[in-house]
Amino acid sequence: MSRYRISGKGRVDHSAPVSFTFDGKTYRGLRGDTVASALLANGVHLMGRSFKYHRPRGAVSAGSEEPNALIGTSRGKGQFEPNTRATVQELRDGLVTESQNKWPHLSFDIGAVNDRAYMLFSAGFYYKTFMWPKSFWDKIYEPVIRGAAGLGKSPTEVDPDRYASRYLHTDVLVIGAGAAGIAAALSAAQSGADVTLVDENAEMGGSLLSDPAVQIDGKPAWDWVEAQLARLRAAGVRLMTRTTAIGYYHQNMVGLCQRLTDHLDNPPANAPRERMWRVRAEQVVLAQGALEKPLVFDGNDRPGVMLAGAAQTYLHKYGVKVGDTPAVVTSHDSAYFAAFDLADSGARVAAIIDTRDAVRPDLLEGARKRGIQVLSGHTVTTTKGRLRVKSVRANPVRGTHVGAGRDIACDCLLMSGGWTPSLHLFSHTKGSLGWDAGSNTFLPDRKTEACEIAGAGRGLWGYEAVLADGAAAGLRALEGLNRAGHSAAFTVANDRPGTGVTHTELPTDGNPGKAKAFIDFQNDVTAKDIRLAVREGMRSIEHVKRYTTNGMATDQGKMSNINGLMIAADALGKQPPQVGLTTFRPPYTPTSFGAFCGYLRGDTFQLTRKTPIDPWAEANGAVFEPVAQWRRAWYFPKAGEDMHAAVLRECKATRASLGIFDASTLGKIEVAGPDAVEFMNRMYTNPWTKLQPGRCRYGLLLGEDGFIRDDGVIGRLSPDLFHVTTTTGGAARVLTMMEDYLQTEWPDLDVWLTSTTEQWATVALNGPNALKMLKPLVEGVDWDDFPHMSCAECTVAGLPARLFRLSFTGEVGFEVNVPARHGLTLWTALMEAGKPYDICPYGTETMHVLRAEKGYIIVGQDTDGTVTPQDAGLDWAIGKAKKDFVGKRSLSRPDIVAKGRKQLVGLLTEDGSLLQEGAQIVLDPNQPKPMKMVGHVTSSYQSTMGHPIAMAVIEGGFDKMGETVFIPMPDGVRKARITSTVFYDPDNARLKA
Amino acid sequence: MLLIHCPYCEDTLPELEFTYAGEAHIARPADPSALSDDEWRDFLFIRTNARGPHYERWRHIGCGRFFNALRDTVSDRFLTTYKAGEARRPLTNEAAE
Repeated sequence: MSRYRISGKGRVDHSAPVSFTFDGKTYRGLRGDTVASALLANGVHLMGRSFKYHRPRGAVSAGSEEPNALIGTSRGKGQFEPNTRATVQELRDGLVTESQNKWPHLSFDIGAVNDRAYMLFSAGFYYKTFMWPKSFWDKIYEPVIRGAAGLGKSPTEVDPDRYASRYLHTDVLVIGAGAAGIAAALSAAQSGADVTLVDENAEMGGSLLSDPAVQIDGKPAWDWVEAQLARLRAAGVRLMTRTTAIGYYHQNMVGLCQRLTDHLDNPPANAPRERMWRVRAEQVVLAQGALEKPLVFDGNDRPGVMLAGAAQTYLHKYGVKVGDTPAVVTSHDSAYFAAFDLADSGARVAAIIDTRDAVRPDLLEGARKRGIQVLSGHTVTTTKGRLRVKSVRANPVRGTHVGAGRDIACDCLLMSGGWTPSLHLFSHTKGSLGWDAGSNTFLPDRKTEACEIAGAGRGLWGYEAVLADGAAAGLRALEGLNRAGHSAAFTVANDRPGTGVTHTELPTDGNPGKAKAFIDFQNDVTAKDIRLAVREGMRSIEHVKRYTTNGMATDQGKMSNINGLMIAADALGKQPPQVGLTTFRPPYTPTSFGAFCGYLRGDTFQLTRKTPIDPWAEANGAVFEPVAQWRRAWYFPKAGEDMHAAVLRECKATRASLGIFDASTLGKIEVAGPDAVEFMNRMYTNPWTKLQPGRCRYGLLLGEDGFIRDDGVIGRLSPDLFHVTTTTGGAARVLTMMEDYLQTEWPDLDVWLTSTTEQWATVALNGPNALKMLKPLVEGVDWDDFPHMSCAECTVAGLPARLFRLSFTGEVGFEVNVPARHGLTLWTALMEAGKPYDICPYGTETMHVLRAEKGYIIVGQDTDGTVTPQDAGLDWAIGKAKKDFVGKRSLSRPDIVAKGRKQLVGLLTEDGSLLQEGAQIVLDPNQPKPMKMVGHVTSSYQSTMGHPIAMAVIEGGFDKMGETVFIPMPDGVRKARITSTVFYDPDNARLKA
Repeated sequence: MLLIHCPYCEDTLPELEFTYAGEAHIARPADPSALSDDEWRDFLFIRTNARGPHYERWRHIGCGRFFNALRDTVSDRFLTTYKAGEARRPLTNEAAE
């Protein structure tokens, strides 16, 4: 039995010990413990070091709001998780945990010198302390600060766990299964509605699990909870534990993260670790309860100082006494019950220090009966104890005068500054908050979604009130579904209602400038930081938050926001509602990336599109590259060849005889209908009216802004049918753009658009022997009338085909389209027929080199959305006689016709070296930095001509032919001469061969 | 995630099935060459950037149709959707709030 465990008490299984390690030391806990409750049972309060000052810290809460007790947990290789809240992590056998942000040990941490140097780390320290000298920032200040600050270390290995995701549609989603949530679910479930009740904890029941003496309808609280859950189950209500509602989105969509295996000793193989639910609910009931606030006084962060409600939870849920001699400091009645319960369990309560002058007589009587002294009208001015609180100093307060204090010995200090409704999810909906002056807190006000808020979440206190409210909220949700139900009433005995007052930092007789009275424990923000921020000119609470980082830690200010606001309002001399609350954003608690990714990772991250010829490429050793979502054969290395050697061989074989290329990924759109030619005239820059059926043409597509969007060869198969090809990556974009104009600008045109990208397999044949090789396989083409830029419907190797004679290489070229199912057959037939010509399969890299040698652009590589046809040297593709086409008007805009635009030119390096794509170009390499950059390299390759070639966009490039430019690189400045972009066969002699 | 009503499918479907397509009721001029540079610039680039009800276009990827919508940019609420080519819907009371 652990020293602080009370035999037989709590909801843990006293017959099931569980062992785990913390910082290498083995501890024993019980089945049902969290890491925090098990450590506390062993008398361990010190669980971590703080973010900035490295102050020793222990668990301050017993739930998901915990700011201090953040640990690393490990379940195996790649299964390390930093910043896990020890108050949430359930114990399981063999769990390995460690503390964070300390060196060398948790109990002796060098970084704690920051605590002595706290003057340097006040609010905004980042912006002012380390300004001088400037050169120190990158090398000294920032690395050292970053090294010393911070929480857990990110894991570096791939997470081997699986994560799942599901959708759920439900009539009523109840969030929070405490008294209010259970009552709401009972109401909602009565008329057959589909109801879902979720709770972030391992067990449902909420605070009733920490208040076992309460009786509802004559039953002890725990029995009542069990009976109601059984009723709900019988009524078909979906009950989900360990399920956190992380975000509340539009139209009642709620994200739920369900933890499935982290609590299991031996998770089933392949079981998902977490599951993300995307729930669409007709009605939502928010019953998340309230969060207890700390009081703000010097030394309120020492291990052993915790929320009174947390101590009560540790006692009743886990059977753990958090100390032998607790002291209590409170401004709310609820802390008395924690003190009474601990006293009744054998603790000697040193004192209850109450900031209020008047205390309810029944509470005073309860204290007197137990021999507990109550110091009303007192403040706490400091605590002592290095790694654990040893004493607390209580001083009487008369008006504004703080009297002499006395130290009260204790081994833990339970505080309560009252309760804040959990407004987070409601805030996600942009529901407005109203300030309740009576309870000094914000409450949900105007709703934007179909939701009800019930219980402590809207400021109610005491089980009788909360149960009635929950039942009413469930009924209203039911009415929202146009269903009816009966109202329920509950009788409660031993209820524990209470009220309290709200404070800024507690009054002190010491120097407030030296007090370390923490508001945000996780980010080490103190009361004086907030006041400093206001003094330095921050007026908006949003600015105060960012300047001090209050509420910006992983706990999102669950404990700190209201305290921070009260102090900021006081410093500004305003009422809290005038200062306002900062915005809560999803997720409610830290959520693993895995849960968001779900199945979308690794092979299933996104789909891989493969062409019909892909199996051949794979079987023949292709190296692949991703292009848009396609995987394309990049090059086909032979034994011993590197990429450069393979590409050069493929290029030369194509130029010398015959190359074959899988071009199936080209986007294809069929433009059909009586108005097809008119539509083409309006969309593309080129004139189409005079293009005869059986001929094709290079088409250029602009945006309305005049910049190049796409290009491709377009064949006219018949007067009313165009076979449009697009870039591989642009296919969907072009179709959408065409559809947009057709549907919304020119609905009068009788045209049909059909994507046929995946219906055709496309094989390109290029080389001086292409015609010779292909001819015998083709039927239905009149070769006497099939010059360059022709197209025909025919058969190739006995397969129905659309044959294009065109070239993207500068050699005689064809593109054979056959229905996709015949793609592999065609490829195989062509490979066979090409044997006499040493046919050479080539990949995308060779395609790039060959096209670059001819100066053919690739949209998206040589253009970037700011390049006009003139800039790219493509004026010839513009139908000058056409009155209009998409983008035409923009080509005469002042900026488009201005001098000095970047223009596409060729580059040849003086030393024959290969330039880097993306490298910046300057005119004078000796100018002072920052240099004036006049352009950049867009394409660069080793070529078949024995020297590298490059294309670049350069300001006024067309007027600089033959001039020298410079490309500064890390290893020296390159010199290059501006040339035409056509490096190979400028007269197109080979095309006509 | 929003639920959006496609006026062609007459069905309310998740936002994932839709893409935004810019401000609505900006017709391409019948004869762009008749426009001054400034008028053409305004057509290309100048948008209302409304805070509140905003006429805009969406495309339902499922059926491929572009349609018009009135959406409040503050609350991110769709007030109505209607087919392309239909007249601008008046602001409803809810939208005018």
